[in-house]
Amino acid sequence: MSLELYFDYVIFPILTLSVILSFIRLYKGPDVADRVIALDLIITTGIGVIAAYSIRAGQALFLEVAMIFALIAFLGTIAFSFYLTREKK
Amino acid sequence: MMMDIFIAFLSTLGAVAILFASIGILRMPDFYLRLSVTVKAATMGVGVLLIAAAIVFSDTEVTAKVIAIILFLLLTAPVAAHMIGRTGYRSGISLWKDSWIDDLDGKYKKEDKEL
Repeated sequence: MSLELYFDYVIFPILTLSVILSFIRLYKGPDVADRVIALDLIITTGIGVIAAYSIRAGQALFLEVAMIFALIAFLGTIAFSFYLTREKK
Repeated sequence: MMMDIFIAFLSTLGAVAILFASIGILRMPDFYLRLSVTVKAATMGVGVLLIAAAIVFSDTEVTAKVIAIILFLLLTAPVAAHMIGRTGYRSGISLWKDSWIDDLDGKYKKEDKEL
């Protein structure tokens, strides 16, 4: 079993399943803060998917997208928490 | 061949850590428990997957990029988790019914939630 087949049949299904599970929490989360951490987890899983796909496809260039994703996840969470604090006042 | 098995082991470890984080965010009963499960496990999983990518390519440029991403994640994930946890506490999300210790109880003023 080659590494490409292993990635296709094991790694990507596991990552897809975890995105689906955190999307369920994003859909039904009882509070806005739950949805924010679910969104943060989805973006972090997206970084993992990009890393796995760059191994699978042999393209190291995709890792730059992962760097941008890490930046956007941090900025998004900070902006959401500022907005929620401001809204309460 | 040995290298392939090592890469497969590392990426399986990362993917399973991310899967545990998402199971935790779905099954934990409380916002704070969800936050505490999610951030650590997901950061570890992504870090291990990126290390696997660095080993596969074994290139200085890719390794520098991977180290930059991992350092950035390790710096920003706790800060973001702290910020959103404090926001959740100040906006009055209640604890799970079986949580019996709340260190911040009485530290915030009731009306405007300032220290």
